[in-house]
Amino acid sequence: MQSEEIYKKYPKNEAPNMIAMLQDIQGILGYLPEDEIIRVARHLGVPTSRVYGVATFYNQFRLTPLGKHVIRVCRGTACHVKGSLDILQILETELGISAGETTKDLQFTIETVACIGACSIAPVIVIDDKYYGGLTSKSIYKLIKEFTKKD
Amino acid sequence: MNIKINNNAFWANPGETILQVAHREGIKIPTLCYMAELSPTGACRVCVVEIGNGQLVPSCAFPVSEGMEVQTNSKKVRRARKSIIELLIANHPQDCLVCVRNGCCDLQDLAAEYGVRSYRYVGEKRSGKLDLASPAVERDPEKCILCGRCVRMCHEVQNVGAIDFVDRGFYSNVAPAMNRSLNTTACVYCGQCIVACPVGALREKSYLKQAWEAINDPDIHVIAQIAPAVRVAIGEEFGLPPGTISTGKIPAALRRIGVNEVFDTNFAADLTIMEEANELIDRIKNGGKLPMFTSCSPGWVKYVEHFYPDLFDNISTCKSPQGMQGAMIKSYYAMKKGIDPAKIFVLSIMPCTAKKFEAGRPELSVTHTAPDVDVVISTREFARMMRIAGIDFTRMPDEGFDDPLGESTGAGAIFGASGGVMEAALRTAHFMITGKDMDRIDFTSIRGLEGVKESTIKIGNATLKIAAVSGLHNIDHFLEDVKNGKSEFHFIEVMACPGGCINGGGQPLPSSPEKIKKRMEAIYEVDRSLPKRCSHYNDSINALYDNFLGKPGGKKSHELLHTHFFKRESI
Repeated sequence: MQSEEIYKKYPKNEAPNMIAMLQDIQGILGYLPEDEIIRVARHLGVPTSRVYGVATFYNQFRLTPLGKHVIRVCRGTACHVKGSLDILQILETELGISAGETTKDLQFTIETVACIGACSIAPVIVIDDKYYGGLTSKSIYKLIKEFTKKD
Repeated sequence: MNIKINNNAFWANPGETILQVAHREGIKIPTLCYMAELSPTGACRVCVVEIGNGQLVPSCAFPVSEGMEVQTNSKKVRRARKSIIELLIANHPQDCLVCVRNGCCDLQDLAAEYGVRSYRYVGEKRSGKLDLASPAVERDPEKCILCGRCVRMCHEVQNVGAIDFVDRGFYSNVAPAMNRSLNTTACVYCGQCIVACPVGALREKSYLKQAWEAINDPDIHVIAQIAPAVRVAIGEEFGLPPGTISTGKIPAALRRIGVNEVFDTNFAADLTIMEEANELIDRIKNGGKLPMFTSCSPGWVKYVEHFYPDLFDNISTCKSPQGMQGAMIKSYYAMKKGIDPAKIFVLSIMPCTAKKFEAGRPELSVTHTAPDVDVVISTREFARMMRIAGIDFTRMPDEGFDDPLGESTGAGAIFGASGGVMEAALRTAHFMITGKDMDRIDFTSIRGLEGVKESTIKIGNATLKIAAVSGLHNIDHFLEDVKNGKSEFHFIEVMACPGGCINGGGQPLPSSPEKIKKRMEAIYEVDRSLPKRCSHYNDSINALYDNFLGKPGGKKSHELLHTHFFKRESI
């Protein structure tokens, strides 16, 4: 589905559809570009500030594009005990971005997740839906290298 | 139903909130996020009360129920309220001494009332970027206490929605879409958010520095003009009762401050009426676009430019009185006095923040080198100016305005209230069409504080359907009707601020419905007390046409007194 179709799917001026529309748009584009936020506001007949308010309220919505590789770092209790903060900090330093951000070359996005549900292999990260468990500050460097080499 | 507040029995209506009953019965409950005319949110919790089971509830949003027992002053309530105030202060800059709202801040008042004597909670404060980019309204997000009054005002009353809550939790703040600065949004600069703000998070852009510089420059001829609504409100800043008419004290004070001449925007309001009444008649007679909307309120004009650019042809092309006065000063007056317009500095004193934006509109320049109005200060800034100059306003003598742009009639005076422009225009339109005045020039059916006032008037053989609208959320269905070709109206007056300029974004704070009512009464008292009450009897206006402009709607008038509009982005 293209974003054009989303605007056909939802009737005009029906503000309660806002979240569903934003979800659909993010589903296609991976994030919510400014132009789409403005367009949703006009389509639904609500102020742009309200759509922006909703888009920034929910963690689910992103206002910047996702990188080619999405790295999700589990920050649940088990992972925390097993040193996930170190893992996160190494990732942030190596890629030069903070959690929630995307590298300028659009290759990597780092996100934190409350619990991935794989506590037995803590600390764990997920890259592009593949799980990497039992990480150490050594193995994480290797992993990053692998991914940066790949591209 | 029966309820008890502090062990006393009261009648309450189903659907009422505890706060409404308490206030009606004269029981004070402090509030912060509550505004009577806006929907309650219970956001700040300052209005907590204790109900029967010991539960603390926000009285502004909690409906009464049969047999309810409320304590507004129990130990639990007092402790909770004080803690809430302390928590609000914990995330608020401690810079009251240098804050624009020092001395008229709801949070400051509450801290004083509840005897807060220390900063009990210390922790990280939310940071935020100052937004100083607009010519009229500034935002200081760090001062924001997230009460949401400005957001509700902007969405519910003004229908603009330039700002809303953004982000959440600790990072929650009030901001325009995409965290833009206000000058790149559809903000119409009405300043009602400033009126709503209980603290100093929203304020007008001050131009006092530029005003003082001009006044202190011996080579500059400074001319002040005062809007109709300033004279019925400025007294509040100096402890005079709301509704005090201070017409004569204002020119006296300005001369003592060092302003060279003082003209009256009411004169220009009379001039606006001559042009606008003429334009209305012309549209009716010659099949022009109807209804015609008034164009005096710069917030309203900007609203149309953002949201209804297709309807420009329905907006009167007349400049606002401020704009006309500026144009006349830098053309007619400069020529008459032989002063180089470049040496003239026009200082407007307005009840309005949007006028600051209007003055900077590039098309409002008859010299094409400098704006016709150089600087606009609000009623509040004018009061500050007088305090700095050591002027005891209450003891000023009554002085008159200067000629030739100082004489005014009652019709000019009522421009400051919703319905007034319409009434003034009808007085003169009637005269222009029939050659005689209306039997009763008081047109009471379009007076008052209601947001929409509709009426009909018979002029000669024609019956005109008219409306006066204030508060921008009230205007949309009129505009939609015009868009869809369904409007039956001939003439619609719009003022952005609820009640008109008397309740403008630049008026004394804090505001209240009672004060607005008094200011409105005073406006009509000014009208009643003047010997001439129709613009067409203003001798200075007639002289201006005879000696300079020609006739209303003539070539010179069009060149100097009329304007055009620009499509703007609606974000």
